[in-house]
Amino acid sequence: MGELRLMKGNEALAEAAIRAGVDGYFGYPITPQSEVIEYLMSEKPHERTGMVVLQAESEVASINMLYGGGGTGKKVMTSSSSPGISLMQEGLSYLAGAEIPCVVANVVRGGPGLGDIQPAQSDYFQSVKGGGHGDYRLFVIAPASVQEMSDFVPLAFDVAFKYRIPSLIVSDGLIGQMMEKVELFDPIPRLTDEEVIARYPWATNGKPKGKERRILTSLDLDPHKMERHNWALQEKYKLIEENETRFELIGCDDAEYIIVAYGSSSRIAQKSIQLARKKGIKVGLLRLITLWPFPKKPIEEFVKNGIKGLLTVEMSAGQMIEDVKLVVEGRAKVEHFGRYGGVIHSPEEVLEALEQKLIGG
Amino acid sequence: MAEITLQDIIKPENLVYQKTKLMTDKTLSYCPGCGHGTAHRLIMEVIEELGKENDTIGVAPVGCSVLAYEFMNVDMQEAAHGRAPAVATAIKRLWPGKVVFSYQGDGDLAAIGTAETIHACNRGERIVMVFINNGIYGMTGGQMAPTTLPNMKTATSPYGRDIEMMGNPLKMTELVSYLPGTYFVTRQAVHTPAAVRKAKRALRMAFQNQIDGKPGVSFVEIVSNCNSGWKMEPVQANTWMEENMFPFYQLGDIKVDGKLIDR
Amino acid sequence: MAKVRGAIVVDVEGCKGCGVCVPACPTDVILLAKEVNGKGYHYAYMANPEACTGCSNCSIVCPDGVITVYRVKLTA
Repeated sequence: MGELRLMKGNEALAEAAIRAGVDGYFGYPITPQSEVIEYLMSEKPHERTGMVVLQAESEVASINMLYGGGGTGKKVMTSSSSPGISLMQEGLSYLAGAEIPCVVANVVRGGPGLGDIQPAQSDYFQSVKGGGHGDYRLFVIAPASVQEMSDFVPLAFDVAFKYRIPSLIVSDGLIGQMMEKVELFDPIPRLTDEEVIARYPWATNGKPKGKERRILTSLDLDPHKMERHNWALQEKYKLIEENETRFELIGCDDAEYIIVAYGSSSRIAQKSIQLARKKGIKVGLLRLITLWPFPKKPIEEFVKNGIKGLLTVEMSAGQMIEDVKLVVEGRAKVEHFGRYGGVIHSPEEVLEALEQKLIGG
Repeated sequence: MAEITLQDIIKPENLVYQKTKLMTDKTLSYCPGCGHGTAHRLIMEVIEELGKENDTIGVAPVGCSVLAYEFMNVDMQEAAHGRAPAVATAIKRLWPGKVVFSYQGDGDLAAIGTAETIHACNRGERIVMVFINNGIYGMTGGQMAPTTLPNMKTATSPYGRDIEMMGNPLKMTELVSYLPGTYFVTRQAVHTPAAVRKAKRALRMAFQNQIDGKPGVSFVEIVSNCNSGWKMEPVQANTWMEENMFPFYQLGDIKVDGKLIDR
Repeated sequence: MAKVRGAIVVDVEGCKGCGVCVPACPTDVILLAKEVNGKGYHYAYMANPEACTGCSNCSIVCPDGVITVYRVKLTA
């Protein structure tokens, strides 16, 4: 059993960064996730592992520092919250286009605009439908516990480097701020410079003797080459869809209705399902773990098995519901429930919505 | 005395000057007479002479020199518009033993990237920052830049830069020289042989500072021409530059070894 | 009598005829040709080759690096 600690979600993310062998964290304070950089600064990871921690002048600078550092093959990370993630969209598009691995964490808060500082899940579109310009995808994963805030960091880096894709950890203010027991994983040592040079021949860390220089760019003024590049990216994304989709099914075996949720909403929905079962309503939970790639297969299965209806529960006006509807293609009832703008729905509210919208009457 | 023929002179053993092999064989995409080509070449000559070909990472901007990575034969990254100093910051912080430089135009460094420029300088990043100032946005078709001179006509100041409406030209180099985080700040040119020799000396000092681990940014501005944007022939543009740009953007060292020079 | 004699070789197809080398030469060796290269540029050439001292002023100021410079020391 690894070391056990009672921690805030944000702190667990930061501790995991040090343990995952991250080489550099470049970030900017924003509520509700400033604890991440504060923890890193006070932990002095430079003394623990040689990790660099730098407070940048903005989120724009942060994401571009990730571009530079990740481009040299080092493990680099940042974290922010919704308005700051908006500032990073240009950088994310460039990172995706130049195929540079990195990890970005979004601790989502209410919006749009400056919004508020309470939890929300209204950045789904921003996270999986671009956000930045151009045809690209990010690997998007949604923790639903403080444990997953820790565990998903090394996972996000593994996927990022395996496929040369930026990874986005989509959390929310609730998970970021709440405290839970975490079993911390054993530290993964940082790679040495020589190991980085040997493992990543694409990385720009000094032209090897007798070899060609490396160039990292997302520009190609020849449209035919650009199309081929985009085609290759799409092929890569298909591979990720086949191999990296993650989800969890709770109580779905005999379910007549399914709640689809991720993050905090999935925790709340678990209580709703207990309440529903007590009333004799057979509800199951599909917890999305990866938001992209989107877990299409389980939804397709539900539809084929004649599910009576699906309720997406998200702290938003309804974003993830669109991806559910795309899979369902009108073959079953799909409804949305969610409080938004920073308000958190209660398990009872969710059950009530299920009864009203899906079961009807 | 025997007559000497060209064949006698043009022999490998008599070679005096040849373009450095750290410039690739690709034809430069720059307009005839543009200072970018000269600036690129001087940087690559310095890198070669310092023996740092395998330890250098350059960061290219968005602007005419977006394709700098096609011409500079070292590891290169293409940055988003204005972000090169942030990109270079991370590279240097994670690989302190390498030589890292950013190369930017006036839109990149003095408009959209102003924050990244100032903060990289303020933090005293141990990088070389090269700033090509031609008072205009070349790549996008000759629009006004923060460095455009008063009354200068450009695509977005067709009647001349109106100070009241559009503000004064920005002297980024002087601005950053006041930050303790800059170690060496200089303004050079590359349009005449004398200017080229001075510019190369300045670039060599900048890169040597980094190799020696001197604390802070070595910031080299190169005032250059934009023949297409200014709508002049190259030699004519250089003359115009001497008569108009140099009085405003004065050449010379502004800060050496961390101390401001009395000018 | 000159102590050195120089000569330049211009990569004719690479030259863009910008003319910056012309005033750079201290002994007025270079002019732009009446002919054009494949891209339509009037390329630089040695109009007065005997005057070349191989000082390399032209080559260091050339934005495209198309000039290679040679020099010999003359005896007697």
